[in-house]
Amino acid sequence: MHMILDIQHVSVRFGGVVALDDVSFEVNKGEFLCLIGPNGAGKTTLMRAVTGVIKPQAAKVRLAGKDISHLPTHKRARLGLALTHQIVRPFQSMTVLDNVALAAGHRRIARILPAMLAVDRSVERQRALKYLKLVGIDAVAPKSVVGQPLGVTKRLEVARALALEPEILLLDEPLAGLNSIEAARLADTVADINREGLTVVMIEHNLGEVLRVAQRLVVLDNGRKIADGQPDAVMRNPTVRAAYVGKEQPHAAA
Amino acid sequence: MGIYEISLATVVGINIILALGLNMISGFCGQISLGHAAFYGVGAYTCALLAKNGTPFAAAIGAGMLAAGIVGLVVGLASLRVRHDFLAITTMGVGFLFLGIVRQQEILGGELGISGIPSSGFGKIGYLVMVLALAALTTVFSLWIKRSWMGFAFDAVADDEDTARVVTVDVSAYKLAAFAMGTAMAGVAGGLYTYFARFLMPDDFGFITSITVLSMVAVGGIGSVFGVIVATVILTLMPEFFRFISDYKLLVYGALLFAVMRFAPEGLAGLAGRVFARTKRKARLEDEAT
Repeated sequence: MHMILDIQHVSVRFGGVVALDDVSFEVNKGEFLCLIGPNGAGKTTLMRAVTGVIKPQAAKVRLAGKDISHLPTHKRARLGLALTHQIVRPFQSMTVLDNVALAAGHRRIARILPAMLAVDRSVERQRALKYLKLVGIDAVAPKSVVGQPLGVTKRLEVARALALEPEILLLDEPLAGLNSIEAARLADTVADINREGLTVVMIEHNLGEVLRVAQRLVVLDNGRKIADGQPDAVMRNPTVRAAYVGKEQPHAAA
Repeated sequence: MGIYEISLATVVGINIILALGLNMISGFCGQISLGHAAFYGVGAYTCALLAKNGTPFAAAIGAGMLAAGIVGLVVGLASLRVRHDFLAITTMGVGFLFLGIVRQQEILGGELGISGIPSSGFGKIGYLVMVLALAALTTVFSLWIKRSWMGFAFDAVADDEDTARVVTVDVSAYKLAAFAMGTAMAGVAGGLYTYFARFLMPDDFGFITSITVLSMVAVGGIGSVFGVIVATVILTLMPEFFRFISDYKLLVYGALLFAVMRFAPEGLAGLAGRVFARTKRKARLEDEAT
């Protein structure tokens, strides 16, 4: 397996608060990696730094060997980084279908002049419908996104990211807010997509689903990486257990 | 049609081009501008100076369009980092900056303005037909942009810039395109106004004009081409037909702007849409009942 995303020495400070402190890890092509850690560990910040949504104080990010550390977000997205938001952010003025169709037309909007001359959206809408079917929300395709339940908008985020035909899918808590059946279904869908060859990096709190689908875990706590490896081994790691259940108290057993 | 009606219709046509220009920036791309009159002025003054030097009509109008578009591009570049209310204040500043410069330049006529602008040579009726033809062209252009992939990307920028970036939209490039196109349209309107009035005063392009254009766009329904056209016609003619409104023009526009923002933020287009949806629903219910 060869490396597709190489994240080195990411440090982010917000004012005096250190959100990430020299975090490094690699993502191999085709793998399903889950990024876990307690609330406030810096998982979302790390994803936002990788996609360039926030500017880290230091970071070296290479995608398929190409240094993308200084590229703006839209260029990183064009090179194949697709990010979904933890707090869903659909385009409010559009239908569910058009939210995905815009992403499916990423080549059409890459240049201003061709975008101005092209009007036909039917091909992209057809492709968008395919992605909506994949995540199971094609029934609401012609509806406005306003007023759609979280179960729909969460899956819409995934469909929109897939429509970018990315090299890597970065999912920020895609299962949060879904009921257990919906969560299991979406996790299965993502696992299927991964089996077809797409690299997936998923931030998730739902440990049950994480342990079911992840091939590798990276654990963050307080802005530092505290573990990286096979799920079983990582979950047995005492540092990881301490981060999750609190520091071991000498007298706690009594 | 008397001379009065002809000139009124000409003003309506010019205002439609002006308002559709602002609609491109604020309606389609979601970038608020309180300084649209400045670009109208750049077009008008450029056209006036050239016309007085004997430049032919089409070339003078084209130069006004180009000058306004270039100034718009520069202002857009400078405004890329500011959003929302900060952008509103920045563009308002540009409006005052334009007036400040014009008032102090002798070559631009200073406070006295520019007079003695030659006629277009089309005659009153001919000029009206040409203005309306250009307004129709602008309308078709606006409708095309709205339907195009560029309009699709504008929707995304207007909705949520950060998410637009994540789905590969080059937000800066699209904002600049909207600024350049919208201000170039204002430049054309300015040029047409120059040949129509044949006398320019700095105050024609002041803050009040910017707010008037903004009222047309907001009352019509931000982003709706036909809504903006309807509102432009109404707001241009209203002070003429009801003389008392002319005296209280600012008051009426201010009250309208407030009422629309408070009670019908989607403007006339939104209201029409709601009424349409209600009658459709009613018809459906009646269908089901029978």
